[in-house]
Amino acid sequence: MIREYQTISEIASPLMMVRGVEGVTYDELAEIELPHGEKRRCKVLEVDGDVAVVQLFESAQGINLAGSKVRFLGHPLRLGVSEDMLGRVFNGMGEPIDGGPAILPEKYEDINGLPMNPSARAYPAEFIQTGVSTIDGLNTLVRGQKLPIFSCSGLPHAALAAQIARQARVLGTDESFAVVFAAIGITFEESEYFINDFRRTGAIDRTVVFSNLANDPAVERISTPRMALTAAEYLAFEKDMHVLVILTDITNYAEALREVSAAKKEVPGRRGYPGYMYTDLATLYERAGRRIGKKGSITMIPILTMPEDDKTHPIPDLTGYITEGQIILSRELHRKGIVPPVDVLPSLSRLKDKGVGEGRTREDHAGTMNQLFSAYAAGKEAKELMTILGEAALSETDKKFAKFADEFEQRYVNQGNQTNRSIIETLDLGWELLSLLPRSELKRLKVEQIEKYMPKKAEE
Amino acid sequence: MSGTITKVSGPLVVATGLADANVSDVVRVGSQRLIGEILQMKGDSASIQVYEETSGLGPGAQVETTGTPLSVELGPGLLTNIYDGIQRPLTEIRDATGDTIARGVEVASLNRKKQWEFKAAAKAGDIVKGGDVLGTVQETTAILHKIMVPPGVAGVIQSISGGKYTVDEPVAVVKDDKGGEHKVTMMQKWPVRVARPYKHKYMPSRPMNSGQRVIDTLFPIAKGGTAAVPGPFGSGKTVVQHQLAKWSDVDIVVYIGCGERGNEMTDVLMEFPELKDPRSGESLMQRTVLIANTSDMPVAAREASIYTGITIAEYFRDMGYDVAVLADSTSRWAEALREMSGRLEEMPGEEGYPAYLASRLAQYYERAGVVECLGSDSRQGSITAIGAVSPPGGDTSEPVSQSTMRIVKVFWGLDSSLAYARHFPAINWLTSYSLYVDTLKDWYDEQFPGFMALRDKAMAILQEEESLNEIVKLVGRDSLSDADQMTLETAKMLREDFLQQNAFVDEDAYSSYDKQFRLLGLIIRYDELCRQAMAKGADLNGLFAIPSRERVGRAKMVAPDKYAAEYADIEKAMKDDIQKLTAGGEDQ
Repeated sequence: MIREYQTISEIASPLMMVRGVEGVTYDELAEIELPHGEKRRCKVLEVDGDVAVVQLFESAQGINLAGSKVRFLGHPLRLGVSEDMLGRVFNGMGEPIDGGPAILPEKYEDINGLPMNPSARAYPAEFIQTGVSTIDGLNTLVRGQKLPIFSCSGLPHAALAAQIARQARVLGTDESFAVVFAAIGITFEESEYFINDFRRTGAIDRTVVFSNLANDPAVERISTPRMALTAAEYLAFEKDMHVLVILTDITNYAEALREVSAAKKEVPGRRGYPGYMYTDLATLYERAGRRIGKKGSITMIPILTMPEDDKTHPIPDLTGYITEGQIILSRELHRKGIVPPVDVLPSLSRLKDKGVGEGRTREDHAGTMNQLFSAYAAGKEAKELMTILGEAALSETDKKFAKFADEFEQRYVNQGNQTNRSIIETLDLGWELLSLLPRSELKRLKVEQIEKYMPKKAEE
Repeated sequence: MSGTITKVSGPLVVATGLADANVSDVVRVGSQRLIGEILQMKGDSASIQVYEETSGLGPGAQVETTGTPLSVELGPGLLTNIYDGIQRPLTEIRDATGDTIARGVEVASLNRKKQWEFKAAAKAGDIVKGGDVLGTVQETTAILHKIMVPPGVAGVIQSISGGKYTVDEPVAVVKDDKGGEHKVTMMQKWPVRVARPYKHKYMPSRPMNSGQRVIDTLFPIAKGGTAAVPGPFGSGKTVVQHQLAKWSDVDIVVYIGCGERGNEMTDVLMEFPELKDPRSGESLMQRTVLIANTSDMPVAAREASIYTGITIAEYFRDMGYDVAVLADSTSRWAEALREMSGRLEEMPGEEGYPAYLASRLAQYYERAGVVECLGSDSRQGSITAIGAVSPPGGDTSEPVSQSTMRIVKVFWGLDSSLAYARHFPAINWLTSYSLYVDTLKDWYDEQFPGFMALRDKAMAILQEEESLNEIVKLVGRDSLSDADQMTLETAKMLREDFLQQNAFVDEDAYSSYDKQFRLLGLIIRYDELCRQAMAKGADLNGLFAIPSRERVGRAKMVAPDKYAAEYADIEKAMKDDIQKLTAGGEDQ
């Protein structure tokens, strides 16, 4: 049933009020037709009696109250999915923008998806080797995990994300993979950087791009990641692919959310972001995962820039409460010229414990991981003390820890964007660094493993 | 009785024509029969909170009231199950609708087809009242489920017989003094927002053994007590909650995943059946009920989930069991409350939370406690309520943390800087507290004489470390006296060798009281021996470097059957090492 009305009574971008409607339902998709025939899409946010509050996905510019028509389409916003999407570029509303033909959809999916039943989830445990030591060795990524990169403006998060996309593989398998890339309000240059990298490595044929650039309508940013995840769910759970989803930049998404919330005159939460932002972000992030009995998986790497480099800002804060860890980039390391500038201590992978160890990486992985973390923390503390009191004030042990921290940053973290280290190389490098420390300090390592893996020169 | 929708705004629906409905009634909304609850009435129009996604719902659709408030079904079949926030069984939903949760699914909370072996404990002619045990069902290998007379029913048993029954078949008939006959089934229904009745409440006096050294030794919680675990993301709240769910010495654990990650619930579902209770040797799943309303599931059901959880806990408490309720996280529950309050256009209090946030939280935690249950055998049961709090930015000055801290008696404050240094559990010993230390002192003194003295000594050393560290930061460690340097060294041992506990290593994940007592004793003994040796002129660095120190560092990893001998041996070695130093010092 198509219902068409010419009764727009009010427009305050991005919201519109339509009066005298009948049979309109919550979350329904609608189209607005301008007098000269142009069509824009919108959705129902609230129906109260015969008044519908409608949210535009595009700009309200040029809409004429008297001459425009609103047509309610009777279904929520959907995406037509098909395997032909691979290698194509779409806008934030799911329309092809690469000049190619329209997709012949196998079926249409509601872009909001449905919550995954916790009893249908399979716990992610398959180790993904990204070739980046700070991730593989210390903040291990597993298939089906959602691991965001917390960056700051001006830091090379794009280079790290592209490196992960390029190098990531599961040891000993050769299964079909795909990349779904959602550009949410980023600049042309940043988006092009990713696409060129996919092109260079040939991954572009296995990539679906949803692109909402900085000059595209801000409201469309709310649907862009949902489009991308709907495509990812289809490829992963119906076409058995291992999908890596990169969403960048979530900060732009949250700002679009705030814009719509403010237009709706909702009671604002922290910093003007709506009180339901946690739930809203969760409906995106929680779509990553694995399902029992399904071959495919969705691994998600959202990227966000922390406003004012502040980890407690609502966007990184709420994200951190939902995602399974975070990789934090540090301006200080970036200034020191360390590439990638991963700030190891506050970074975390919550799912690492089931992805490492005997049979997955190597038996000594968990122990060295803990030992490297605590040694680096102790080393940084010693260095701090050294800046205040001078080197002479440090004990012999503290000096060794300080030296360890420097070496760790220079050799372990600073590997560059083109180096692809195997997990064995990463682990061995960890042992080499630990050999700088007195053995009595290595309480987190098992004695047998020290005997087995510690480079021999340390024994002298 | 049915009405018509006039307004839909997210999970809030307004319907007219419901003049006869009651506030808090459960309603069925629209053709998909979504589950909702009436929050407010104005004339014949009702504001309804819908527990499912309302997409596709519009004015004109029908609303039907069931005439009963939101209730849970209580009976055999609860244990080992996983439910959503309004007690719909997720495994059965999965069988019905696949990997995602479709809307309007109707599945009974307790399986109606499964038959349970009921053993009668009462007999015809017995005079019974609410809470009396009629019989038992071996629900899981670990738990004997007691079938009780529902509260409010009293009279003479007309008939009762053992045998195989489903939960909705009557096992007994009770005739009250007015001649009314009550058919008692194994299943009771109870409204979640009403606390189940009991006879008396008592002061908590027994500790809950969690197996976590920082908790049992420094900040113990009593059975029937309340605790909060606040912390920023990544500080290990969930791991602490999981550890408590695994190792607490309670009979039943109700774990509420309230607005948290789906994979965390999957983790529990996968791991618990494999783990063994260190006391009974039974699988931990046999004593566990899971409530999972993950963050992507509808927000209104999240609000209900903690009530669903605590009502189930009260039911098991009424059988005379010790129950622990773990809610992760109460902040997400408060946010759900805030979202519904905003949609109802209520006047917001602090940070947009409704003004009744604190009273709702207090009501929830007050349902914990040690009680004498209804029934004539004066059995006792307890509920220990532990809630995680997720303060924005880790800053506990926000309303949910503050309202919680006013109520709970134990505060385990998690610290991100400890977490960054991989000091887990990252419970900060300076900001945390337990108000049960004094009440539990008698128990500790009786069971482990000297434990409390060691604890006080350890706390004093850790406190002193903090002030000494201030000095070290200004003038360096060398300028401290030997005694103070010794304090720093002991504090370091306490932190690294005692407080740090690895949840992922089998030997370390659970520490019995005895092991905690002996391990702490070992470290304090080292401190004493060193101080004695120092008085005799032993060199400080030599004392710090004795070979047996490394063994102390590894002592926590010693298996449960070997630690007693090993610790005694370490202590002996320690004595010898230090003896050598003082002797050597005198020779030269």
